[in-house]
Amino acid sequence: MATSVGRRKTPNYQLRRTLSHTAIYLVLVLGAILVFVPFAWTISTSLKTEAQTLKSPPEWIPNPVQWQNYPDALTARPFGRYYKNTFIITILSVIGQVLSSAVVAYGFARFRFPGRNLLFIIVLTTLMIPFQMLIIPRFILFKELGWLDTFLPLIVPNFFGGAFSIFLLRQYFMTVPLELDEAAKIDGANAFQRFWSIMLPLARPALGAVAVFEFMSTWQDFLGPLIYLSSDRNYTVSVGLAAFRNDYFTAWHLFMAAAAVAMLVPLVVFFIAQKYFISGVTLTGAGGK
Amino acid sequence: MSETVYRKKRFNLFRPGTWSASQAEAVSGYLFISPWIIGFIIFVVGPMIGLAWLSFHRWDLIGDPRFVGWRNYERLFSDKLFRKSLEVTILYGLGRVPLGVIVALATAILLNQKIKFVGFWRVIYYLPVVLPPVAVSLVWTWIYNPRYGVLNGFLNGLGLPSVSWLDDPNLVLPSLMIMAVWGAAGRNMIIYLAGLQGISKDLYAAADIDGATPWTRFWRITLPLLTPVIFFNVVTGMIDTFKLFTQAYVMTEGGPQNQSLFFTYYLWRTAFQEYRMGYASAMTMVVMVIIIILTLIVFRSSKAWVFYEAEVKDGK
Repeated sequence: MATSVGRRKTPNYQLRRTLSHTAIYLVLVLGAILVFVPFAWTISTSLKTEAQTLKSPPEWIPNPVQWQNYPDALTARPFGRYYKNTFIITILSVIGQVLSSAVVAYGFARFRFPGRNLLFIIVLTTLMIPFQMLIIPRFILFKELGWLDTFLPLIVPNFFGGAFSIFLLRQYFMTVPLELDEAAKIDGANAFQRFWSIMLPLARPALGAVAVFEFMSTWQDFLGPLIYLSSDRNYTVSVGLAAFRNDYFTAWHLFMAAAAVAMLVPLVVFFIAQKYFISGVTLTGAGGK
Repeated sequence: MSETVYRKKRFNLFRPGTWSASQAEAVSGYLFISPWIIGFIIFVVGPMIGLAWLSFHRWDLIGDPRFVGWRNYERLFSDKLFRKSLEVTILYGLGRVPLGVIVALATAILLNQKIKFVGFWRVIYYLPVVLPPVAVSLVWTWIYNPRYGVLNGFLNGLGLPSVSWLDDPNLVLPSLMIMAVWGAAGRNMIIYLAGLQGISKDLYAAADIDGATPWTRFWRITLPLLTPVIFFNVVTGMIDTFKLFTQAYVMTEGGPQNQSLFFTYYLWRTAFQEYRMGYASAMTMVVMVIIIILTLIVFRSSKAWVFYEAEVKDGK
């Protein structure tokens, strides 16, 4: 309807339109190149010999191509073990985060109880507290519990709901028509049954978004594992990668090979689950309104 | 609710009729949110009280904490490194947050111009967001390498002199900002794009009839309607600045000349390298107050520059 009110399609207008479109594509391509240069540089370096990495000016094409860097890098430290650790921590964190946040979000979205709004405001406020501010007392708490150098400090807190996930899921639950609940109620379903068999199946996109966000944030976490895990066999990929850097100073061909592999897992997850990311980020942005 | 049944009440929590409908609903509600309440007490309220308590003590994790009154706080005022860490963090935020908003918004506006393959471009620009910061930090340390890095290679190719990037006290923060924008612009871009797509086409059509140029359309329609999203971005961006740790740990170790001594890095060093738990706690307390004040300032100022459509509609 709005399109008919545009400008007249004179040849001059057409030309300007084509030109501006070309300019937009040029800028977009340039931006994409800027995004890709660091990736390309990583891959290029990861296939060079050490001698070739120390050439100035730098060369882009590895010559000879040294595939051996990958096995060398991944065995220089027990990276296989680090990946296994990171997967265990990540999978359990995702399960805990999704389940507990969904339960809590359902409570906020579907029941009326005294103090509900105040409590929800508190949930939102905790979003603003960087977890970094509480590392000292939490470290002491986990030390007292005897959980240091185990995965528990990284996993267990996820089973009590995350503020961001609760917020995102509640927003989504609110959009699900109440009539479905009412119908189930008449059929005699109790609150938990309504949550489990009516709401959860309907909320799959939002649950997916929460799961992928939690996956990424656990996979990316560095400070937590750095503080809580002290023995090498418990390290996560990030902590192992940082330690690897400190073992050698200039083995950039190996660092880049290890970094490339570390980037691969989240990239694969991203490609598989990209629609959840986009819808999730969009839901977040709606929070600004 | 409509039917009121009289029953002889024996005390049984789970028997129908023990509670009125609204009471039963409230109980279910509390049960559902109980995991969060428990977690909040154990992992937030408890630690906060512990933090406040520790800040008045001296403790190296061995032996018993010793009460020292306000001494930790007094010492903070003359701690040059603490002041430096605040300076560095805030300076970085002041550069990084606006830069991020501009880049992400510009990209989003480009993608909103009826171009082809929006989904493809969105994915491309989003890629860096999912990468682990330690890996990204390693990659950029190598990009910024003064002798063998690709960036100086590129500058030399253009006939420009090499730059010391991370080794130059004046350039270390801008270098880290560029890297951060590369890593995060994609996320904010998607948020802005969603915001842009939410703006009614009728507004632009009306502006076209009035003969508005693209420039006026941007300043009078697009930007005002996006201010809530920008506001959201500024608040989260500011808080993110205080979380910055990995880059300092992997890339610069706070240097050169403490010019990248971000607060969280200094906190980590004090607490987990020097084991001054009490002092580090006092540091955290002060910074929490600063974050609260900054947030309040941003929220207060938002009345002047954030435009909420709903308010206008309700007001008239």
